[in-house]
Amino acid sequence: MIEGAKWKRWVFFYIPLTAFVVALLFPFYWMAVTTVRPDSELYRPWMAPNYAPFWTAHPTLEHVRGLLEDTLFSTWMWNTMFIAIVSTIISLFCGLLAGYALSRLRFRFAGTLGTGIFITYLVPQTLLFIPLADIIRNFRLGDTPWALILTYPTFLIPFCTWLLMGYFKAIPRELEECARIDGASRWKAMIYIIFPIAVPGILSAGIFAFTLSWNEFIYALVFLSSPDQKTVPVGVTSELIRGDVFYWGQLMAGALLGSIPVAFVYSFFVEHYVAGLTGSVKG
Amino acid sequence: MAVSYAVAPRAYAGAPSRGPLTRLLEDERWLAVALLLPTVILLGLFIAYPFVKGVLLAVTDAKVGVPGHFVGLENFDRLWNDSIFRTAVQNTFVYTIVTTIFKLALGLWLAMLLNRHFKGKAFTRAFILLPFIIPTVLSTFAWKWMFDPTFSVINWTLYRLDLIHGRINWLGDPDLAMISVIIVNVWRGVPFYAISLLAGLQTINPELQEAAAIDGARPWQRFWHVTWPLLLPVTMVVVLFSVIQTFADFQLVYVLTGGGPANATQLFATYAYQIGVGTGLLSEGAAISLAMFPFLLIVVIIQLLYIRRVETH
Repeated sequence: MIEGAKWKRWVFFYIPLTAFVVALLFPFYWMAVTTVRPDSELYRPWMAPNYAPFWTAHPTLEHVRGLLEDTLFSTWMWNTMFIAIVSTIISLFCGLLAGYALSRLRFRFAGTLGTGIFITYLVPQTLLFIPLADIIRNFRLGDTPWALILTYPTFLIPFCTWLLMGYFKAIPRELEECARIDGASRWKAMIYIIFPIAVPGILSAGIFAFTLSWNEFIYALVFLSSPDQKTVPVGVTSELIRGDVFYWGQLMAGALLGSIPVAFVYSFFVEHYVAGLTGSVKG
Repeated sequence: MAVSYAVAPRAYAGAPSRGPLTRLLEDERWLAVALLLPTVILLGLFIAYPFVKGVLLAVTDAKVGVPGHFVGLENFDRLWNDSIFRTAVQNTFVYTIVTTIFKLALGLWLAMLLNRHFKGKAFTRAFILLPFIIPTVLSTFAWKWMFDPTFSVINWTLYRLDLIHGRINWLGDPDLAMISVIIVNVWRGVPFYAISLLAGLQTINPELQEAAAIDGARPWQRFWHVTWPLLLPVTMVVVLFSVIQTFADFQLVYVLTGGGPANATQLFATYAYQIGVGTGLLSEGAAISLAMFPFLLIVVIIQLLYIRRVETH
């Protein structure tokens, strides 16, 4: 696509692309470097002559050890994992059924319900967290994982439904009709014919939902209060800062380790994730 | 049809002995009700009900532990005259508009770069999306550490490049704090724009570009008259999504500045949290959150109308 001299390719392509990649990834590099840097090097002002920011002379795992042994970090990891997995499963279940109904069945109010679900998709968590905290308290769910497991689907189901509707619409009706002529009930045709074909969509929706639950913050911040119930984002924010002191080594170690499950899942399913992302905006 | 043949035996298994439930579910309407029930219950309980409750809460003087009485629109009246609330409204609009412009411009640029063929393209694309998938709170902490006035790597770099001579207090100065928050939001949002717009670019037939080139269109004209109009539907949806998310943003500001210094980065959501949870004034907090609603509604209506228009064409 780029015509002309070699320098043009550098100016218009390689240099900007490299700049983008460096700018987008530098904070993660910084996280990693800080994690393995001993305190004596960490707290050296940037104006000091021996300030060497981009590498470290004596790498140490001291901060990781401190994080795992002295704090509840591993508990937060398990909490987050449990909450993310269970709410993803609930959302996939509801989203599959609702997506199928809205894209393939004819009934009254189908359009209205579809629009309604789409609108809930756009409701940000910050709009409702105060009354929702009240409801959670009334249901006696406060400070338990169920407060999040039951509320995360409110933003995951609309997304899953919306994404899966796209997949269901693309499956030809004849396939289902064939099975029905062969004697399968509607229910069986849905489960054994349609759902297996939509597996790539289910995978995309699941991965996306998992990363969204791992990322959620305000509900977790407001609904949970005991240190051993917290999720990673909330635990790191509220428990690793003692008084006014930021333990940057531990904080960065927490940020790094807390990102690993999401990055891990993502690395295996990049294509599915991208399909989920682009599917979610195509509508 | 190979697929239905392969699974037919299992589908047959239940056919001879159909219970009353299966017969009921043969009716499209009943099946729809059964399939939608779990979703409707969950969304009703945790979206519709809190919304109604939020409205009811906003017209009382409830505090934590105190039910409160009906006070009408007093909370909204008080907010109207609250200078911090006005600052928060102004900040939210500045934050949303400025970040959206930058995210769109940079995201489009990055998408155009990625739309070319080069070695390691899939790899680059996978890495570029990292800021968007890593939990916001965790990556924002990395930024907070990078902005630290005493240990800032950004200051060091600028100092070494001879661009500054003293230290820059990124998060301590009101104007710089807003700029810092905007930088981090743009950093996190650009990958989302880039990857979504890239998907849009890939659906555009390259022959159109070639035809325009043969007709003598300059690269800029090709972009403006061929690519941009075809990309507009995807762009609209991406921008509207992102505007809603940014307008209601909380976690980024909460971690980076907590709304400070002196409310310079206070947004709707951070102020609602501070009043509703921090001070325990539930009703006023609920009112601040709900004040976002009219704006969000306008964006949603635009989006719905736009989708409908695209679908009917």
